[in-house]
Amino acid sequence: MTIAFKPDETFRGTYTYRNSPQAIKRFPFPFHQDQYMYSVNMEPHTKGPEGSVFENAFDIDEHYIAEMRDRAITLERDPGRCVSLPHMMDAEWDTLELIMESLSRDYPELFTLTKDGERWHWVNKPLGIDQTFTFGDAATLPCPPFEYIGRQCQGDFVIMDQRDNNLFADSGMITSQADWSLMFDAGMSFMEWHGPVPLAHELGVFDRALKYLLMLQQSRPVRRLNWTMTINPRLDTSPETYPEWGPDRASVTPDNVGDKVHLRVELQALFRLPRSNGMLFSIRGYLASMNDLATHPRWAKRFHRVLSTLPNELAEYKGLVRYKPTTIEWLSKFDDGEVLPGGTQP
Amino acid sequence: MSSASLNVEIRRIRDLAPGIREFSLSRTDGDDFPIYSGGSHIVLSLPLSDRPHRNPYSLLGDPTDRKTWRVAVRKQEDSRGGSRWLHEQAREGMRIDISAPVNLFSLNRLGRRHILVAGGIGITPILSQARELARLGADFEVHYAYRAPEYGVFVDELEALAPGRIHHYVQSRREQIEFSSLLAGRPLGTHFYICGPGGMVAASMNAGKALGWPESHLHSEQFLAPTGGEPFDVQLTLSGKAFTVPSDLSLLEAIEQQGVDAPYLCRGGACGQCELEVVDASGELIHHDLYLSAEERASGKKIMPCVSRLKGGCLTLNL
Repeated sequence: MTIAFKPDETFRGTYTYRNSPQAIKRFPFPFHQDQYMYSVNMEPHTKGPEGSVFENAFDIDEHYIAEMRDRAITLERDPGRCVSLPHMMDAEWDTLELIMESLSRDYPELFTLTKDGERWHWVNKPLGIDQTFTFGDAATLPCPPFEYIGRQCQGDFVIMDQRDNNLFADSGMITSQADWSLMFDAGMSFMEWHGPVPLAHELGVFDRALKYLLMLQQSRPVRRLNWTMTINPRLDTSPETYPEWGPDRASVTPDNVGDKVHLRVELQALFRLPRSNGMLFSIRGYLASMNDLATHPRWAKRFHRVLSTLPNELAEYKGLVRYKPTTIEWLSKFDDGEVLPGGTQP
Repeated sequence: MSSASLNVEIRRIRDLAPGIREFSLSRTDGDDFPIYSGGSHIVLSLPLSDRPHRNPYSLLGDPTDRKTWRVAVRKQEDSRGGSRWLHEQAREGMRIDISAPVNLFSLNRLGRRHILVAGGIGITPILSQARELARLGADFEVHYAYRAPEYGVFVDELEALAPGRIHHYVQSRREQIEFSSLLAGRPLGTHFYICGPGGMVAASMNAGKALGWPESHLHSEQFLAPTGGEPFDVQLTLSGKAFTVPSDLSLLEAIEQQGVDAPYLCRGGACGQCELEVVDASGELIHHDLYLSAEERASGKKIMPCVSRLKGGCLTLNL
């Protein structure tokens, strides 16, 4: 599969990000049913259908080059978006190895990795990178290994250390988060950083999820989808930059819903790391405007129903209260009340 | 979820001591093994005559050696067949299936000092932990107790990893580890790891707790062999199966023999992965695992079928 990159699109200011029809078609629409509620919706992260976002361990798409540039801008403005505690160095190398091996295996026309013992040669054609380095020797890379590879792979990343029957977010590369702060959460345990999520604790979701994750095996990654909404196709919706994007929530009108309001879906995957026994948490985000969704009538109908029945606590937590009614009204014109069978297909 | 498996060839068998054999394994597909972390184990599937027999063993070699994995096996006198097969039937060149590595005994990377203690064949995970600590340049010491001088397997490899920091306790010379002195006066940030017989592990944990060690700094690993026991009846509500667990099979093995895919990982009562929900039990649940809390046992709602059984009557499980 060849990917037609769109290197000049932007995720801030002019917001020229757009999805091609192919990108819309492979958008990981997350709603199987007309109502949404939390569950431990994890499944094996195995190779999915060709062309789908589940085809490869780390999905590279038409927005790759532009997203990596947006990440570089965010890191330039705020280097604290990449954090790694000293005891995580083995886990950093684990992560670099996993991503380089996956990308070069899954996209051989874009990435190549050749190894001569510990001497590695990495070529990233889309970003024009050609790097020879010694695996395990951070001094042979231009920056620490986690930051190095994080600047070359779509998605945000957290590396968790496993100790005391818990998982601790001790490294992170976070430049496209849905309103949570790496600086605030760094070093926290699994329960601590999920503390603010409403309703799910009462359902025991996190107790069960943690128990499951502690036993995650090598080469058996798992995934789930999460979602929220974003105004404008903006990646950097962090608490630190709230003044830059928060007011946009008040800018939604019946006339601009289709362009401005985006469904933001996170493909979250978890990988056991071999040397460190840590865990890589990848959060790969996808944005689809309401206009994008409306090109597939089932999705517009389904999302109309999901938003209409969303519990208030969840709408508050996801920050959609302000523009939810306008969006529901806009979507309603696509919903003829047809009974939809289960499933997420377009 | 059962475990991912690799097919390996037994490349070399070495008799290390009376009743202790080492097996070197390599992949039959020619690929490299994955890297693993110190303290990891694998599960070997052994081709005993009429049923799958799966035993967990710690990986003891260099975790970065991707061509060869090594395990060491002590022949269990009351073996139900696994260790006996490895000692009497296994030959170089034979092929078996093994699981991917799992680590239930990992090092705490925030530790400032690490005290590793091995009793007998418990040296195997301690050895891979020591290798990892040596590679990281961490501060550690090893205390190794064994029955008699000829049972001190792997002492040369240990000495090479940490010269002068390996302490030997030879039972035949009436030497033994005094945990209350070993664990006393240790600085904050010290972590303690032990693998050995149940009584030894319990003595060390009690000493640590009495000295005020936080439980999060006391790490232990034990694998239990399924003990067998009286036969009992089982009904599975979801698959609709009804059968009898014979005295020489574990509940988990009997379920597998029915063709029902039950989850498992360590098969030694430690990991919790095979937990099943008890719908009804007309008899006494005999819990042997190291996983369920006292409250969970008292509730009578859960059982770890890899090592636990029912005494008399019929057990109904939600599976």
